[in-house]
Amino acid sequence: MSDEVILQVKDLKTYFTVDEGVVKAVDGVSFDLRRGETLGIVGESGSGKSVTNLSVINLIPTPPGKIAGGQVLFHGKDIFAMSSGEIREIRGNKISMIFQDPMTSLNPFLRISTQMVETIVLHQGLSSEEAKKKAIEMLKLAGIPAPEKRIDQYPHQFSGGMRQRVMIAMALSCNPEILIADEPTSALDVTIQAQILELMQELTHRLGTAVILITHSLGVVAGMCDTICVMYAGRIVERGRTEAIFETPRHPYTMGLIRSVPRLDQEAKGRLYSIPGQPPNVIDLPDCCPFYPRCEKAMDICKKKYPPVVSFDNDQSASCWLYTKEARNV
Amino acid sequence: MSRYIIRRFLSLIPTIFIIITLSFFLIRFAPGGPFSSEKNVPEQVLQNLMRKYHMDEPLLKQYLEYMGDVLHGDLGPSFRYRDSTVNELIGQSLPNSMLLGTIALVLATLAGIAVGIVSALKQNHWQDYTVMSIAVIGISVPLFVVGPILQLVFAMRLHVLPLSGWITGREGFKALIMPALTLSFPYFAYIARLSRASLLEILRSDYVRTARAKGLAERTVITKHVLKGGLLPVVSYLGPAFSGIITGSIVIEQVFAIPGVGRIFVQSALNRDYTLIMGEVIVYSLILVLMNFVVDIVYGFLDPRIAYN
Repeated sequence: MSDEVILQVKDLKTYFTVDEGVVKAVDGVSFDLRRGETLGIVGESGSGKSVTNLSVINLIPTPPGKIAGGQVLFHGKDIFAMSSGEIREIRGNKISMIFQDPMTSLNPFLRISTQMVETIVLHQGLSSEEAKKKAIEMLKLAGIPAPEKRIDQYPHQFSGGMRQRVMIAMALSCNPEILIADEPTSALDVTIQAQILELMQELTHRLGTAVILITHSLGVVAGMCDTICVMYAGRIVERGRTEAIFETPRHPYTMGLIRSVPRLDQEAKGRLYSIPGQPPNVIDLPDCCPFYPRCEKAMDICKKKYPPVVSFDNDQSASCWLYTKEARNV
Repeated sequence: MSRYIIRRFLSLIPTIFIIITLSFFLIRFAPGGPFSSEKNVPEQVLQNLMRKYHMDEPLLKQYLEYMGDVLHGDLGPSFRYRDSTVNELIGQSLPNSMLLGTIALVLATLAGIAVGIVSALKQNHWQDYTVMSIAVIGISVPLFVVGPILQLVFAMRLHVLPLSGWITGREGFKALIMPALTLSFPYFAYIARLSRASLLEILRSDYVRTARAKGLAERTVITKHVLKGGLLPVVSYLGPAFSGIITGSIVIEQVFAIPGVGRIFVQSALNRDYTLIMGEVIVYSLILVLMNFVVDIVYGFLDPRIAYN
């Protein structure tokens, strides 16, 4: 990981207009990604993780979605200011994505070769034969046995884990600078999950690819990520180096998430902890800390105003009233 | 693959056999008979008629004899059109209906798919609203309204097309235009709605998102990733649609005075013309079963997930 920032997300706001009102799926998210860094974005379903990352390559379905504000700078150039042609040169080439469900993310009607070759031909200007060679090479790297034969098969002839390997091979086939992995292992069973994560880690390290790993599992980010952003109700509530987050979680939500991970090194005492309540409805959210109804440490001010960002040592920061002057004065 | 096709084809034979058997007995159990509408027939004459058509024999014997004839391709004499055999009656009218139906369905399919694509891509824009309104009209307005309106405009006012009748002479094809358009209208509307709905579903699918995330141009995404899966439901609809449309429509045949098979079908049922009804049931079910067979095979070529083992 170098210090060169390749992707900057600045105050990103992505809203969806539905009949009931405006869903602020992402409401002011900012983060930086450095070359070769692995960034984990953690949060519950509906916290805005996936929308954030679809916004990064401007793939939000519009309507009903809309980028309501903010910037995404890739090497300093604003993605939202680019023409559709310019963005397409980045998609799949400089920034590629893999998705949660490998069973539905590959086109069932086309051979693996067709789907891989079209990307390589498009972005690398190779002939189809060269592209196919490259695709076979990538499948081999991704641990697909007999790739020369398997490449001419259809997706349904692969298992879930194998399909995710194909997705990874396809996503990395143009040597992207950034790989966005949206819950890449959530649809797979546990033994396969570890293999897929290991594969992603190994390949991205070898190719020097930066990774944004979206997940709801702290276990997954702990082993893979350099930095972690914790999202709640469309905003980042805490961020920091992975070790810092696990050793000294600051936001009560992060604390709750860590407490609710089952531990093998501690004796089981009664039921596993879970954060009480449900994540809030992000339609017309009032200006308060969205976590306060579920927070054990909630104070009066939490109901009145969204907390400011408080910075700690080690580049850690959290949005919580607990660490502010106001709270100490109460 | 070829073994599957042969096996699938052989399985059609019992299907057809069951259809013929069921229809044979059902028709005979329906009240009335082919001669019951004749007025003041002396008992003796009726008896002679029954004997002539072997209707005085036990039902089972009649059935076996009929099946024997059918196996030899002989559908028997018509009970009402006494100068003609069923083979002749169907042989004269079915080709007309097939020609008209095929033209209408080709038109409906081409236009329906094109409109479906446009309206899926322009979902909730004026293009979508316009063509889908037309499609609703196509589904809900009956043919006996559409036909006469076309006649009024193109034949009575503009005098560009013949009012009615069948192909005669050099410009005979003109007689086909209005009936084909009228007949195709509801099929067009249905295909347009069907392809729109299924294309919209595919457009929202995960693999289309993947295709976009790969940086493919929207045109490539549509032609390469969306159309194939999106048009499969149209393919499966075409089988029954084809068998339905080529076996005639009594409304079209009445409005445009076309010597088709639809009119004979309805009249034979009203007349209890046993052999003619049976002949039509056999022809219709053969076509239907064959078309479904063809669709199954075509489907297998289009969708790699279907295995033939």
